[in-house]
Amino acid sequence: MRNLIWIGFWGLFVLHQDFWYWNDATLCFGFLPIGLAWHVGFSLACSLFWMAAMKFAWPEEIEAWAAESTER
Amino acid sequence: MEYLSFYIVVGYLALLIVLGLVSKFYSRGTSADFFVVSRTVGPVLLLLSVFGTTMTGFALVGSTGKAYTSGIGVYGLMASWAGLMHSVVFFIVGIRLWAIGKKYGYLTQCEFFRERFASPALAYLLFVILVLLVIPYLLVGVISAGKFLQGATIGMFPDLFGLPPLVLPDGTERQHPLHGSIPPEWGGLLICLVVLFYVFVGGLRGAVWANAFQTVVFMVCGVLAFYLISQRLGGFARATEMVAISPFASNRLVREGNMTQLYFLSYGLIPLSVGMFPHLFQHWLTARSAKSFRLTVIGHPVFVMIVWLPCILIGVWGAAYLGPLATGQNPNMILGRMVKELVDSQILSGLVTAGVLAAIMSSLDSQFVCLGTMFTSDIVLRLSRRTYSDEQKIMLGRIFIVAVVAVTYGLSLLLKDVALVFDLGIWCFSGFAGLFPIVFAALYWRRTTKAGAIAATLAVAVSWSILFYRDMLSDKPPGSDELTLFGVLPVTAIFLLSVLAIVVVSLITSPPSANTLRKFFPDERLSRR
Repeated sequence: MRNLIWIGFWGLFVLHQDFWYWNDATLCFGFLPIGLAWHVGFSLACSLFWMAAMKFAWPEEIEAWAAESTER
Repeated sequence: MEYLSFYIVVGYLALLIVLGLVSKFYSRGTSADFFVVSRTVGPVLLLLSVFGTTMTGFALVGSTGKAYTSGIGVYGLMASWAGLMHSVVFFIVGIRLWAIGKKYGYLTQCEFFRERFASPALAYLLFVILVLLVIPYLLVGVISAGKFLQGATIGMFPDLFGLPPLVLPDGTERQHPLHGSIPPEWGGLLICLVVLFYVFVGGLRGAVWANAFQTVVFMVCGVLAFYLISQRLGGFARATEMVAISPFASNRLVREGNMTQLYFLSYGLIPLSVGMFPHLFQHWLTARSAKSFRLTVIGHPVFVMIVWLPCILIGVWGAAYLGPLATGQNPNMILGRMVKELVDSQILSGLVTAGVLAAIMSSLDSQFVCLGTMFTSDIVLRLSRRTYSDEQKIMLGRIFIVAVVAVTYGLSLLLKDVALVFDLGIWCFSGFAGLFPIVFAALYWRRTTKAGAIAATLAVAVSWSILFYRDMLSDKPPGSDELTLFGVLPVTAIFLLSVLAIVVVSLITSPPSANTLRKFFPDERLSRR
């Protein structure tokens, strides 16, 4: 599952480059240039992606490890 | 009504003082509470304080000015890149450093690196570099706060801060454009003293609470200014149509001609800097549990969008509404001018001024506390042979915080008229981003060695210095603005050299001991059960 998360992250990384609307001035919703709309949608997609990552790839073991007693 | 905007700013600063006093009331009186809030910060407070710390005054003022000159691409360049990369850094670096910090009681990055690589030399080298990178960052905050307050109070105090009229070449006199405004040295002092008060009495708890309040202030003020400006321009659609038909502004609606694909890609390295910010490291340590990070990782991209999208659109609309700037005018004035010319409300002007100061101060406070903590923990407690009580540690922390504020303010007086100070921001971020491979390798690559980490640190220091000199200090050919190497930001070269140094030198030197690996790699310990 964690590998899927990393594939998802690099997918987002490529999508962020946005080759397709680079020189397109079409307006979305009547006021948002499509290149900007793409990246605004991207920001929302990032949050959804991390929501999924938190659910399926949360490092459960880290909490237990941090709570283990130490020499200090 | 004339002073209403100033009263709003004073009210905002007074609320910060009250927050500082309240945070003192809730303090447990221990050094752990003063430096890391007793590691009790929950999800909402962690999101608000971490977000407030990562967003500087540039998020409101600089983003509007940059969008005015370079168009909508600035959102992708700085906001959505940050939304993607900050969250991944919080997830892969922040949570693991929190666990290690909690387990071994660390307060600073240098303590982690000292033990991870069993190298006091590396810790001291990093200490010097981190302090040198944070101080310009502080200066940008103090100087820009002073200048912004000056612009916001023009004409308010003619008796206190009157300036002689300007004599024009034809002999006539004209009122000085800054007549009656609070001078930047006084504005900077006011901001420094307010921040100093709440971090002095409340430590990092005071900073965390103030950050949360400030984050709400600058988010609400930005959205409010955006809505009111759009209404005065005839609504969202009318405002953007105005840009589309403007010969001067229409190219702001696309990225073509404003930036290249490669340049855009290289900006993705800048947000990695958050992995090495010492003040953010300290905020991560305040988390109550690893689960506290969840909301920060999820919410950060949306919070970035809420702050940046309005400012980007105001900047693009400003290109059509205001047209070309006159000689000597700075794009950073765009937000202030749009508010003043379109809304002309004392209340909104006061709220926007408070919002910009909130964005600046929410970074300053954490940086002051973090440098105070570093000098206390990495220098005095490390080099002193005696043991200190909790009260003495807090007193040391406070003494160093006062010293850091005093030095920063003194330097701001010396450099307030040096234009290049405002270009230092990107160079600070580039330095921290160059150091990112070291923290990443320390956490995830068992083969990383002390020599590799030292080599990477030196590679960053040398390459950063050479490129900084070429960009900021040497004579540049006329017409050249920002230094790029083969079309990409200098951070690309610094980052790649850092990666190369840590990989090559680690591979040719002996690996760390099994004890070190057991101590710092959770899976190493778990797999032995």
